[in-house]
Amino acid sequence: MNAEIRALAQARWRMALILGGVVFILYFGFIFAVAFAREAMAMEIIPGLSLGMLLGALVIVGAWVTTWIYVTWANAHFDSTLSALNRKEGRE
Amino acid sequence: MIEAAPATSLGEPNLTAISFFFAFISVTLAITWWAARRTRTTEEFFAAGRTISGRQNGFALAGDYMSAASFLGIAGLVSLSGFDGLIYSTGWLVGWPVVLFLIAEPLRNLGKYTFADVVSFRLRQTPVRIAAALGTLAVVTLYLIAQMVGAGNLIRLMFGISYELAVVIVGLVMLAYVSFGGMIATTWVQIVKAVLLLGGAALLCVLTLAQFSWDPTQLFARAAEEYGRGVLAPGKQVANPWDAVSLGLALMFGTAGLPHILMRFYTVPDARAARQSVFWATGLIGAFYLMTFILGFGAMVLVGREAIIAIDSGGNMAALLLAEVLGGTPLLGFIAATAFATILAVVAGLTLSGAAALSHDLWVSVHRKGNAPHAEQLLVARIATVMLGVVAILLGILFKGQNVAFMVGLAFAVAASGNFPALVLSIFWRGFTTAGAVASIVTGTVASLTLIALSPTVMVDLAGSDSALFPLMNPAIVTIPLGFAIGVLVSLAHPEAAASTAYDAKERRMILGVE
Repeated sequence: MNAEIRALAQARWRMALILGGVVFILYFGFIFAVAFAREAMAMEIIPGLSLGMLLGALVIVGAWVTTWIYVTWANAHFDSTLSALNRKEGRE
Repeated sequence: MIEAAPATSLGEPNLTAISFFFAFISVTLAITWWAARRTRTTEEFFAAGRTISGRQNGFALAGDYMSAASFLGIAGLVSLSGFDGLIYSTGWLVGWPVVLFLIAEPLRNLGKYTFADVVSFRLRQTPVRIAAALGTLAVVTLYLIAQMVGAGNLIRLMFGISYELAVVIVGLVMLAYVSFGGMIATTWVQIVKAVLLLGGAALLCVLTLAQFSWDPTQLFARAAEEYGRGVLAPGKQVANPWDAVSLGLALMFGTAGLPHILMRFYTVPDARAARQSVFWATGLIGAFYLMTFILGFGAMVLVGREAIIAIDSGGNMAALLLAEVLGGTPLLGFIAATAFATILAVVAGLTLSGAAALSHDLWVSVHRKGNAPHAEQLLVARIATVMLGVVAILLGILFKGQNVAFMVGLAFAVAASGNFPALVLSIFWRGFTTAGAVASIVTGTVASLTLIALSPTVMVDLAGSDSALFPLMNPAIVTIPLGFAIGVLVSLAHPEAAASTAYDAKERRMILGVE
């Protein structure tokens, strides 16, 4: 496997690990907050909406946003670069 | 129990429910008939000929994943304890980004039908496939028990027929889909179910929010007025913080080890479509859990806790009772039929993945060393399907009356500890070996099963003992690190030169796909 393809694959793993880390921190931040900071999570920001509920909804939104970023990046950047490299490799 | 709540017609055979039920059965059997004529090869039977588009697969993944346990169970949990349901909802969603970032694309590029294809790719086939089939069957069995017992109870409550008859109906209809129509029929049943379930949930949400000026916070505030501020705050589900963390780990990493979910990635043409399908699935499933949260609060306020508990002490009928309050018997019938469709679609996916482990991993790869004619592969796949269907019916009847809700959490723990570490190590680590893979899968699976048997859920709640040997209800916080550690240590102790050399070819195919 040539160096360019390897570099591209590494770029994808970097992207995947960063975004995966973001989801991990968001979710376990929420779980630890719920488990160890119950008082704060019970606080109502506006009537009917507690901090815990807002953070829980944000975890769901965070999962959406990170998958969207990854798929958009991979569709636009990864796939096209990969097929360009493949064509180039085929000619060599 | 039902007589105690005369306000509901739940449990009486109702014309709309029966009509929707038969409409669903007719449509899905027609799909099966259509699919059966297109199912001539093993690739069509297990992978729908790899012709499913990314968006279709996203809907099918959602249909495979959103079980009746999460629809009725989470709505019920929220209706009784409010906020706590959100802990499960978020956990069931965050597994999907993990699947997307780490697993979906390599899996599609490396495998054919099962996740064992990926783990055994450059390792010795026989031991790895046997271990992986074990991990698969452990997860599938636990999940099937939970689904079948749930199905029996739900259908008995919804339609007033006997538990055993309900289990047999679910088993036979599912068998018709899978054994004749294979993955093509299963996929379309799951798509139809996902559309029905999301549509039904959205309709209930709209009707609920219409009564609260389209403002969810007004609904939540009303719930807090009636049942106290506690419904908006963490409650007794997180009494032991480490339980919450351990369950969280099982949910986050379990999805990426569920055989019936992983198998769906082989139904699309390439890695790009696999990626696309997780994007759709994450969107749909996230929306579904947000709606379930609103439905739970809707049931708490509009139906009332007493009425919900009067029907089922676990709260499982909350969403159905809400439907009846909002739209009378017709809406109740529609949602009941949707819940039934939900169970069928999940059970079909589970059975197909178990059949793939039995026929593709054990029969074709291990017993026949990969040299089985196509006709034989297809025949064995169908026999395995029928066997699993019969086993599912028997398990459903055997576990009648048991509290099996914990088994879904356990299935996630086994998937996260037995299957996930071996899958990740085989994809990312050149030094992973046959001995490491087998040790990791077997240790992760056996350790999580053992710790569950020693947990408060089994020892105290089921066996009636005073205390449990293992303090946590979910073992994942111990068994996931254990699965990884054993996989690494055993690989280091037993290096495998051939596997290390073959990693280059695996890495290339992982990125470029089949050339």
